[in-house]
Amino acid sequence: MQTKKSKQLKLFENLAKKSLREPEVQVKRPIRFRGGGFVIKPMPWVPPLVFTALIAFWEVGSRSGFISNLVLPAPSEAAQAFIDLAHSGLLIKHVKASLYRLVVGWTIGSLLGVTFGMLIGLFSIARASLFPLVSAIFPIPKIALLPLFVIWFGIGEGSKIATILFGSFFPVVIASYGGVQNVDRNLIRMGQSFNLSWFSIVRKIILPGALPAILSGFRISASIAIILLVAAEMIGAEYGIGAYVLTAGSLFATDQLIAGVAMLSILGLIVSWLIGKAEKALLRWRS
Amino acid sequence: MELHLNNIGHKYNNLDVLKEISFSIRQGEIACIIGPSGCGKSTLLRIMGGLETATCGDVYISGEIPSNTINPLTFVFQDFALLPWRSVEANISLVLEDHPIPTVQRKEIIDSVLARTKLSDFKKALPKQLSGGMKQRVAIARALAVNPAFMLLDEPLSALDSQTRELLMSDLIDLWQRENFTACYVTHNLNEAVRLGHKIIVLSRRPGTIRRIVEIPIPLEERHNHLAELEYSQQVLWNLMRDEALAADRELSNAD
Ligand SMILES: Nc1ncnc2c1ncn2[C@@H]1O[C@H](COP(=O)(O)OP(=O)(O)O)[C@@H](O)[C@H]1O
Ligand SMILES: [Mg+2]
Repeated sequence: MQTKKSKQLKLFENLAKKSLREPEVQVKRPIRFRGGGFVIKPMPWVPPLVFTALIAFWEVGSRSGFISNLVLPAPSEAAQAFIDLAHSGLLIKHVKASLYRLVVGWTIGSLLGVTFGMLIGLFSIARASLFPLVSAIFPIPKIALLPLFVIWFGIGEGSKIATILFGSFFPVVIASYGGVQNVDRNLIRMGQSFNLSWFSIVRKIILPGALPAILSGFRISASIAIILLVAAEMIGAEYGIGAYVLTAGSLFATDQLIAGVAMLSILGLIVSWLIGKAEKALLRWRS
Repeated sequence: MELHLNNIGHKYNNLDVLKEISFSIRQGEIACIIGPSGCGKSTLLRIMGGLETATCGDVYISGEIPSNTINPLTFVFQDFALLPWRSVEANISLVLEDHPIPTVQRKEIIDSVLARTKLSDFKKALPKQLSGGMKQRVAIARALAVNPAFMLLDEPLSALDSQTRELLMSDLIDLWQRENFTACYVTHNLNEAVRLGHKIIVLSRRPGTIRRIVEIPIPLEERHNHLAELEYSQQVLWNLMRDEALAADRELSNAD
């Protein structure tokens, strides 16, 4: 009995000593970092590098005969076609004609789109009557309607602008309607609790609240407008980037075709950059 | 101004949310409503503020509405309800813009409420730059701007951490002493109720009915000297609420 107790005591003593000593004995092991990954870092020098590398590869491939000239003209040839176009004075005419159609069609289409989207978002009767209509017409490729537009609005600017207008209208309607739907109900209730007028609530709470969605609608409608530009200039257009591309295509002048397509792409980039600027300026309040 | 509820009952579709609620809130009094979550506190407050119509019963006000009041019944919301695209100043301006107030006077009102809520330095800030406590201060400043006769506060401090809550609670007491508004203050925090309420209305779980009305006769500004009594009141309230809270909790987990 006695021995057992003393044995136990000794054990405890040893344990106590050990635990006192322990900090010195322990090995320090650093904690391995495992929180990395899944973070997208901005790499501003990569995009130009990719573009340059691709074009350089293409140029070298074309010159060495690795890429047949029949399949794809060299970038330098496309550039030459562009320079020729600029020298001939036609470049300005093409760009002017296209910009005019784009700006008029897209502006009217988008403004009408915001108006209709707001109406559908705000009034039950508009929702019930217009929303099914919009949903039914939205998926129709507007190119298919081009002949009809020609009959309705004439072969001149009318049908071209109508195509672009129609194409930009629907995505903006859907985006604005969704934006109105998503405005924080509590903010609207707050407005009501302070007795703000209906008009004030729409203008100061619902419209700014729907603005992010409206701007992304604009982004989509702008690219659709550029896509439709080529289609709209298919019939009876003397000038326009789309017309230039189509003529080049039908003549198999691939260098001009590439030059025209590059112009469209740059146009798209500029529009996207402008909308990005607008978003930055108008949506500074977002975190 | 006094507010009276007479036999209020409310249903959402077929869900009974409130039942047979009657009480009055006297001039200059803060009535706290406590009850388990989902028992209809927010609904009751919305009914009192005219944002919802009760299925049965009636709410009315009596007494004189001060003539300088722009919006007699004014809400303060749990989620602050600030417009994120407007600065602090513009958020307050929002509730004045629909009224024929000269611009100079509007600016004066804004400056005055910002000073009263210690926000003068943050006039131009956007809500995203402010902490939760600051945001709720802005919402309180906005409420003060319309000179309310009656404030309806729906868990105004529930989204804040406990230190901020403590600070804002004493600010509210100071404010009440100066402005002497009448208020209905919804909370699920018993400590807030015993610190701020002249009268505490305890609701049962859904459908919410009045379980008891507890009056705390100690003046608000002296309550910090009577912590023992407050602790006792809080215990009484908790005893009233514990079973309800437990049952409400169970109910939610097997909700239909
Ligand atoms: N607009 C509504 N439509 C249907 N049910 C609702 C609505 N608002 C609240 N409810 C229901 O009513 C009950 C009470 O809600 P609420 O008043 O928000 O409770 P509390 O604020 O006490 O937590 C809840 O069960 C909630 O789901
Ligand atoms: Mg609530």
